[in-house]
This record gives sequence, structure tokens and C-alpha cells, in this order.
Amino acid sequence: MNLLHYWRAMWGIIGRELWRFVRQKERFVSALVRPLVWLFIFAAGFRAALGLAITPPYETYILYEVYITPGLMGMIQLFNGMQSSLSMVYDREMGSMRILMVCPLPRWFLLMSKLVAGVSVSILQVYVFLIIAWFYDIQVSWEGYIWVLPALILSGLMLGALGLLLSSFIKQLENFAGVMNFVIFPMFFMSTALYPLWKMKESSELLHDLASFNPFSQAVELIRFALYGEFNQYAFLYTFCAFIIFILVAFWGYNPSKGMMTKKGAR
Amino acid sequence: MKKQVFSLGLKAVIVLGLTTLAFTLRAETVFVTLEKDNALAIVDPVKGALIKTINIGQRPRGIAISPDYKHLYVATSDDNTVKIIDAETYKEIGQLPSGDDPETFALNSAGDRLYVSNEDDNLVTVIDIINKKDIAHIKVGVEPEGIAVSSNNQWIISASETTNMIHWIDVKTNKITENTLVDPRPRAASFTADDAQLWVTSEIAGTLMILDVKSKQIIKKIRLDIPGVTADKIQPVGVVIDKEKKWGYVAIGSANRVAVINAQTFEIEKFLLVGQRVWNLAFSPDQKRLYTTNGQSNDISIIDLESHKVVKSIGVGRFPWGLVSKP
Repeated sequence: MNLLHYWRAMWGIIGRELWRFVRQKERFVSALVRPLVWLFIFAAGFRAALGLAITPPYETYILYEVYITPGLMGMIQLFNGMQSSLSMVYDREMGSMRILMVCPLPRWFLLMSKLVAGVSVSILQVYVFLIIAWFYDIQVSWEGYIWVLPALILSGLMLGALGLLLSSFIKQLENFAGVMNFVIFPMFFMSTALYPLWKMKESSELLHDLASFNPFSQAVELIRFALYGEFNQYAFLYTFCAFIIFILVAFWGYNPSKGMMTKKGAR
Repeated sequence: MKKQVFSLGLKAVIVLGLTTLAFTLRAETVFVTLEKDNALAIVDPVKGALIKTINIGQRPRGIAISPDYKHLYVATSDDNTVKIIDAETYKEIGQLPSGDDPETFALNSAGDRLYVSNEDDNLVTVIDIINKKDIAHIKVGVEPEGIAVSSNNQWIISASETTNMIHWIDVKTNKITENTLVDPRPRAASFTADDAQLWVTSEIAGTLMILDVKSKQIIKKIRLDIPGVTADKIQPVGVVIDKEKKWGYVAIGSANRVAVINAQTFEIEKFLLVGQRVWNLAFSPDQKRLYTTNGQSNDISIIDLESHKVVKSIGVGRFPWGLVSKP
């Protein structure tokens, strides 16, 4: 096995995922509709909710739709990560995952390729969302659009790894509804995506603490700061560590001799 | 040798160029009166930082700067005077007899006359700055507040909050020659640079009125309704129009927004979110930026006028009221 084999395999997986995303117009549109509904309807209703205090990285008062935008970018990546995990479970049920797994390359590498493929798709979705937001007068400096890319890669990897981890624990496709209720919704609503931490502290200390420990919050803050040309070191380290933990557990989960796959095999 | 001289010369040019550029970029100061802190805040708007705060007198509100940018005039209402401050050393160099409780005032384009609204006495006091004397007291309507002088030095206008009138005072005679009935509680007024129009805000009606200076009649009335903001919060106060008469800007008090108005079509272009209870506005000397005082959030906001975006808000102290800038 040389590097070319690795490259071919990775590109094969990424290319397939991107091609599938481009061809499935419904998936493309529905991935965009969700954050746009939040931006155009939910944020419009809460327009006056903010504008009372200036918190970094913002240097002046902002409208709610400006605040919510990084959160919605994170939301795209969160749902994308879960979508990838859903398709992993589907592939496993349908048997197509076996084809992938018989590839003579390490399993961790195949999983990483799957992850990178998912992240690429999510970044594409985020930039399309940012273009639409630009026309809605949510604009940042052009440097911000560049700085946010590495932040999106890391947050995408972290959320994608979480998706992989979950998919290794889900036995059947039907169980995925539980993931929605017990993972995605709490993660999204108990984060800084929709409201700043200091606002949460006003109503509940516990909620504030849970939100600050939520890795999704830190991913959103990493994106938020990067979008304004600033580096949030704490958010970066937190997101990075969360990624390492999630991906290692996911590798373990997909290990046929040790992880969750043994139980599935026995079944 | 020649090469060395050339290299040295080039270095000198670069250093000089960079120094000039740095000087050009930095050279601006904004002065903000802080009503509750009895102080004057000095802000560097390019760095976006508060430089220092100096004590100035009891309840400072109205502020103006001389055309040569050497002197600041600050109405310290509870001291019943207008103080003259050196704009370089920030030292008080004199006082003007403003009458009781001065709040707003206007400086003429020559910089030798100050016209002060005395709200409690229903008067406009005319002050000769050079001799530091009040030379006339003009009886106007009840509670005069907004005041402006046309740049051609022909008209002084005084807006009476309770009489709901704009009084047109002839500069030569210091007498009212005409009155225009306007919407309730007119707060502030500004002439366009060509002196053809007078823009007046009405705090209670939530309107901006454009008056034709020749006919003294209202030619356009704009309701400053903001989608999603209740009508009781639409309380327009400060108004300014740029030199080119391209854009006008209105501070809308409790709505925490500045309206951007096309000065040719009178259409509202957009509303910009700034701090709480925005009252007064001032341009930078080059008119590339607009500054706002946000009374309740204790800060000023900086608006970039090329992009019409609020770029920064800076905490300055309690109850910022008025502001001016100098290069």
C-alpha cells in the first residue's frame, strides 16, 4: 500500500459524497431551508431581542439575525454530521458498508475519509448559506470569509466525529429518532447558537453552565470569532479536544473485535 | 556613493510617507459631554478608544467647536454658563454669559456669535464671543430647544417645544420675522449646506420635516416608522445633513437607531442600530464618519458613511449628551 492508494481511496469517498450532494438537489435545498427558516422567520421575530450589550467579538450593537448567523452555520454542520451518521447506519443496514470495509486500507483511514467527505459537503452548504445571508445584509469583511474556513473545518470534524460515534452505537435506523431528541435538539438549544451565555445566566445558572460545557457552543464561538477575524483560543482547544475524544471513541466503536461492532456481529 | 545617497533618500521618503500616513490616520479627536459625570470625554475615533475624561463643570450638555478648531464651547447647565475650553490643552480659558440653564446653542459660521436657547425663560440669548458679552435677548415661544444658524449668516431659527413653532430670526435685526407651525415638540433643526432647506425633527409625532427656507413652508414630512418597533419609541432628536446634500441622518431616541435618509428623494434608505436613547449626532471633519451619543447605554457609536455601517461603539461615561470632532 502506498500513499497513492490512500489518496485514491480518500478522494473516491469524498468525490462520491460531493457528487451525491450535488445530484440530490432536494438534499441540497433542504439542508439550506432549515437555517434559512431560522434566519428569515425566527430571527426576524426576535429582532429586538438583542442590542442591549456589546460582547466580543462584536464591537457594536447587533441585530439578532447577525448574532444567530454563526449559530446557524454551526447548525448546518451539526445536522450534516448527523445526516452522515444516518447514512452510515443506512449503509450498514443495506449492506453497502461491507464493500467499503473490505477495502484493504485501515478502518480508521476509511472512517476519516468518510468524515472529511462529510465536512467538505457541510462547508459547501455553509458558504452557500453565507452568500444568501450577504444579500440579507448580514455581511462581514472579506477576510472574515477566509478566516472562518479553518474554524469550519475543525467544527465540522468535531461534529462529524460525533456523528460517527453515534452511528457506531445505533443498532437500527429506527433508533435515529432518539438521536434527534436526545442529542441534536439539546445540543442545539443548550448552546450559544441562539442566545449569548450572559443572557442564559440571567435565567438559569445551571443552563449557563451546561451551555458552556456543550462542545457545540464552543464550535459556534470558534466560528463566530473567526468570522470577525479573531481567534478564540479557548473555543479552539475545547473543540479540538472534543474532536480527538469523539473520533477515538468512534474508531473504537467501529473496531470489529473490541467496539460496538462485536455486539452487532453477535446479533 | 550615488547609490548610497539614492538609498538614503528613498528611505527618508518612505519614513516621511509612513509618518504622514500615520498622522493622517490618527489625527482626529472627538469631544463628548457627559451630563451625569460632569465631565468631557476625549475619544480617538480612529483607534476607537477613550483617551481621557476631564472634569468640566456641572451638567455639561451642548457643545460646539470654533471654525478654526481651537476652542470648544460647552454649556454647563447647572453653572448657568457656556465655558470656553482650549481644544489642545483642555484648559478652561473663559466663560460666556449664557443666561440660566443653557442646554443647546449654535455657533455662526464666522465663529463670533453664539445663540443660546434659554428653555426656562423662553429666550434666545445672543452672545458676542470676542467681547464675551450677551448683546441681545430675543423672546421666543415656550421652551425653546433646537437652534441653528444658516451658513450664509442670514437666519437663526429657534424651535419652541411647547409652542410647536419654528421662529425665523433675522440675524441683522435679531428679531423674529416669521413663524412656521410644525409637528408637536420640535427638538432639533439643521440647515442644509446650501441653506435652501431646514430639516426639523418632531419628538412626539415621530416625524422629520423638510422646510423650504425661501417660503418657510414644510415641503416634505417623513414618518420615521421602524418595522418591529412600537410607535412610542420613535422619538427623533438630532439631525444632520452632509455637505453634498446626498444623505441626511436622524437620531431616533428610544428606538436606538439612526435613520439614513436620501436627501434628494427623501426616501428612508435604512435604519442603523446604535446604543440606547441616541440623541445627538456629529460628522467627522472629513464627513467620512458620523458619531452618535447614546445617553442610556453610556457610549458613542461610530458609523462609517461609505458603507453606512456601525463599526464600533465605545463606552465614554454616564449620559453622553453632545459631541464635536476636530482633525
